[in-house]
Amino acid sequence: MQQITPAVDCAPPWTDAGVHAMSPTATHDEIARFNFLANLNKYMANVVVAGNQVAYQSRARVAYERQHGHVPGDRREIRAAMSTDPYYQMWSALRRNAMEMRQQAGRALVLRQAEQLRDRARALNRNAVTLQLNADTLVPRYQAAIDNHCMPGSYYAEYIDDDVSAAANYDVGMFATTTGLFGRYLDGAGRGVVDWLARRRPGWVPARILDLGCGLGHNTVPIAQAFPDSRVVAVDLAAPMLRYGHARATGMGIRNIEFRQGNVESLPDADSAYDLIFSTMFFHETSYQALRAILREASRLLAPGGIHLHLEQPPYHGMDTFEQFLRDWDCYYNNEPFWTTVHDTRMLIVMQQCGFADDQLFEDEIHALVDLQMPKVDEEVEDFGRGGLWYAFGAERAV
Amino acid sequence: MDHLEIIKLANAAAQGKRPYFFTQPDVDRLLSIVMAVTAELAVTRERLDTVERLLERHTSFTRDEIDAFRPTPAEAQARGQWHIEYLARVLRSLQQEVESLRRRADEPSAEDVARELAGK
Repeated sequence: MQQITPAVDCAPPWTDAGVHAMSPTATHDEIARFNFLANLNKYMANVVVAGNQVAYQSRARVAYERQHGHVPGDRREIRAAMSTDPYYQMWSALRRNAMEMRQQAGRALVLRQAEQLRDRARALNRNAVTLQLNADTLVPRYQAAIDNHCMPGSYYAEYIDDDVSAAANYDVGMFATTTGLFGRYLDGAGRGVVDWLARRRPGWVPARILDLGCGLGHNTVPIAQAFPDSRVVAVDLAAPMLRYGHARATGMGIRNIEFRQGNVESLPDADSAYDLIFSTMFFHETSYQALRAILREASRLLAPGGIHLHLEQPPYHGMDTFEQFLRDWDCYYNNEPFWTTVHDTRMLIVMQQCGFADDQLFEDEIHALVDLQMPKVDEEVEDFGRGGLWYAFGAERAV
Repeated sequence: MDHLEIIKLANAAAQGKRPYFFTQPDVDRLLSIVMAVTAELAVTRERLDTVERLLERHTSFTRDEIDAFRPTPAEAQARGQWHIEYLARVLRSLQQEVESLRRRADEPSAEDVARELAGK
């Protein structure tokens, strides 16, 4: 791809997203809708969001102090101060609309070809022992109570038999929502994990790998490719994601991932069954109880000499309170109800309480590794909560 | 699923009571409509741009060729730049509000200055 020196920092065209065996077809106008939405997200991140700080400093903070006798002391008080500020109201309303419009655009594109996509997945998945669905899997309260990130029907709604439309919608919209920052195949986090492992333990090959909450496997694939002789088990609650993910990976020639439907709070595998257990942006979609149950289960499943590694959005401790407030937007206004709690959680302390007390705990940062030669004016400007830089935490277990 | 069913399903609301941000929820509703129209104008402009670029390459073409059009990197950059400039025009009032907040709080209005200039 030719590198262009940009005059303006704009989003890459949607047609730069990687094509695979399950890619839905798109008309000119469907593509153009995503191009608009990607650039709306870009403009919001590069220009509009910064005005919140100005509105806060020059207006909302002053008004709050006049009313309460003190300036806002934490992100909750900043939110209270900003909730009546006209600039913040407009930014919030635009951001909510951007997400709703992205869902509409993706669903309109996918639902008109739901049967064709289903048939394509059926053909790719036929008689595959590496796709293990379990219709008895219950959707827990933390997934059922509200549709995650304003995605109607969440990950699991099925409109036709063997439906894959929820996954296809997730797949087609992510490139626009993240303006390409996760890479052409949305695999920037998984590739970041591979790179991190190679630096942490050069030459190490984990023979048995477990991905918790794999979704459509976009971050499982680069791990499976990096360790082609290893066996990867990718678990998720949602059958549409697994059908689509299995078909997508099969189309890429990948044979070493077992896509398995289940709840990772409790898995049927024997103790010490895995050498590498990882997740990418998963825990913020669980709950206080589930986070602890999953960590206890991961500790049971982690073999001696193994690594347990998770990527999340940056935690709030040590972060500027105004940035905490901006990042917290997604909790209340983008249907991410565990977001605020998980980012307040001291993961290493919780891990010590959940079976990792005797292990070597670590915290780090992992960047998305992407192959897209995207025009960049300056440093990456992050749309808080949507960027390609993650907090990594986990444990190494002694041999 | 027929056409109308698909568009209704595509438009469906996510589960979870929708937050409203403005003092009057009607303003939220109106903004949703304005942004949808804004998006559709951008789609029309991009289609026009595609037609223009295809006309530069061929004397005639089919609708399928419009759907199959893929911009070169330079064309994609020009189109992306159009989007950003378009959004800057549409969302001009936000930029102006920030500029105003950055100026001193006692910035005079035209009426203030008119009174001042009228003085002897």
